[in-house]
Amino acid sequence: METGLLFQLVLNGLIVGALYGVVAMSFVLIYKASQVVNFAQGEFMLIGAWACWWLLTYWQLPFWIGFPVALAFMTVFGVVLQVMVLRPLIGEPVISVIMATVGLSIFFQALMKWMFGVFAQPFPAIFPVERIRIMGLEVQSVYLLSIALSLMIMLGFWWFFNFSKHGLAMRATAFDQQVAQSLGISVPQVFAMSWAISAVVSAVAGVVVGVVSGVSSGLSFYGIKVFPAVILGGLDSVVGAMLGGIIVGVLENLAQYVDSQWLNWGNMTNIAPFYALIIILLIKPYGLFGTKNIERV
Amino acid sequence: MDEARILAAENLSLRFGGVRALSDVSFSVRPGEIFSIIGPNGAGKTSMVNCISGRYRPSEGRVIFQGQDITRMGANRRAALGLGRTFQNLALFGHMSVLDNIMVGRHHLMKSGFARGMLYWLGGAEREEVLHRRAVEEIIDFLEIAHVRKAPAGTLSYGLRKRVELARAVAVNPKLILLDEPMAGMNLEEKEDMARFIIDLNQEWGMTVLMIEHDMGVVMDISHRVMVLDFGRKLAEGAPAAVLADPQVRRAYLGEADDVTAEA
Repeated sequence: METGLLFQLVLNGLIVGALYGVVAMSFVLIYKASQVVNFAQGEFMLIGAWACWWLLTYWQLPFWIGFPVALAFMTVFGVVLQVMVLRPLIGEPVISVIMATVGLSIFFQALMKWMFGVFAQPFPAIFPVERIRIMGLEVQSVYLLSIALSLMIMLGFWWFFNFSKHGLAMRATAFDQQVAQSLGISVPQVFAMSWAISAVVSAVAGVVVGVVSGVSSGLSFYGIKVFPAVILGGLDSVVGAMLGGIIVGVLENLAQYVDSQWLNWGNMTNIAPFYALIIILLIKPYGLFGTKNIERV
Repeated sequence: MDEARILAAENLSLRFGGVRALSDVSFSVRPGEIFSIIGPNGAGKTSMVNCISGRYRPSEGRVIFQGQDITRMGANRRAALGLGRTFQNLALFGHMSVLDNIMVGRHHLMKSGFARGMLYWLGGAEREEVLHRRAVEEIIDFLEIAHVRKAPAGTLSYGLRKRVELARAVAVNPKLILLDEPMAGMNLEEKEDMARFIIDLNQEWGMTVLMIEHDMGVVMDISHRVMVLDFGRKLAEGAPAAVLADPQVRRAYLGEADDVTAEA
């Protein structure tokens, strides 16, 4: 038993899990508001990360300018995507909409490879210190930023849904679009806003991952990890998505520990969350916090 | 603006495939009155309200609200113009608190956009919210639902939920409020309360009321004018007593009953 390694892995799991949770929340946001299962969530991360990387390396902008500009771009990107691709599909069968998002995912994967190449590109150094030690544990400074951003996003979501006019409108729309309209809420506007917020929040996660391990198309694999997280938490629960993300993050690191200590099967990190996904679907198909009557797709 | 009418339907027809839900119906509502639409099940009453509120687009005809043609306008823009409504089958946001349900009704009146909302304390959004909260509290007091304001709407009794739904529609600050069967499924006491609220809304809050209701006793008591629909056609329109006396109405709707109030 190497307790030091165990603690380090659990800490990594919490940090990475918070990022999964953030992406999962942005996935749930779209699902809740517009009932679209977005298979292109990982590509949102990828596009955001490439946009930020491009601003930082090609234009040589400092991080504190390049990052907000990239997020502003993602806002516009989210709205345009919703208006151009998803809005015409309103009222179409669920499977058509899912196919459209799968198509978007493939399209953006290819587009990013065409624009930026297939090799991982490192971010320019953002922090003067690479890693710091907290209570004997090694933590990359970008991971501290990641935790801070994750917490801010969580608080932001909590405030947005409970206290802001648009958050309330979004909850109302998720519940019943007709009624929301009768109360003066523009449903297309709510849809566009949910896609914009989702794209921005995913991009934040994408940039953080990009800073840690470089930007490459492999980054959108994080988007796949969202599925065990949201299935665990319940497709339509924002809090559940966050918890699901953290659980998946810790789970995959624990799996790696078990694997490296005893099993030696290899690659448990990537596979364990999906075993968990299958088990959850068998015993608790609506997740920990999900609504009972939603349709699984 | 035409002073004599706040709302007018002109030759409205609504078809779903081969089914004619409404055929060439015209009527107008005067400012400040309580106007009721009655008729047997399937007569097209709710279809009419849906055409006015914007849920359905009529196949033919026009809807005029305060002198403006709103026939093609989206439901949310109509709400912003001053058209509020409740639904026949309760349509509350069940997981939200009573307070939040009613606050949703204020949505279009709140000016703070997304960016200003982000700068909550700087941008005056807080001051604005205080103002809206005050307006909401006033509505809550008026409808006597203060004791349940923090409760999730889905946990309330049926009569209370109906009241919360009315409160939410009132929060939109409508000039004309459309009530689709406000008293359906209520006991006598709840009906009396609701009738009193509707009269107060009309007289003290100055709202014009258009309602669909099956309880003939209530309709005759509180309506200024009544319109009768049958199979999507207008049978009669006028003062309650005159409409009741109409032989066509008695035959089609009331089944020749001698004591009309017994029908309720």
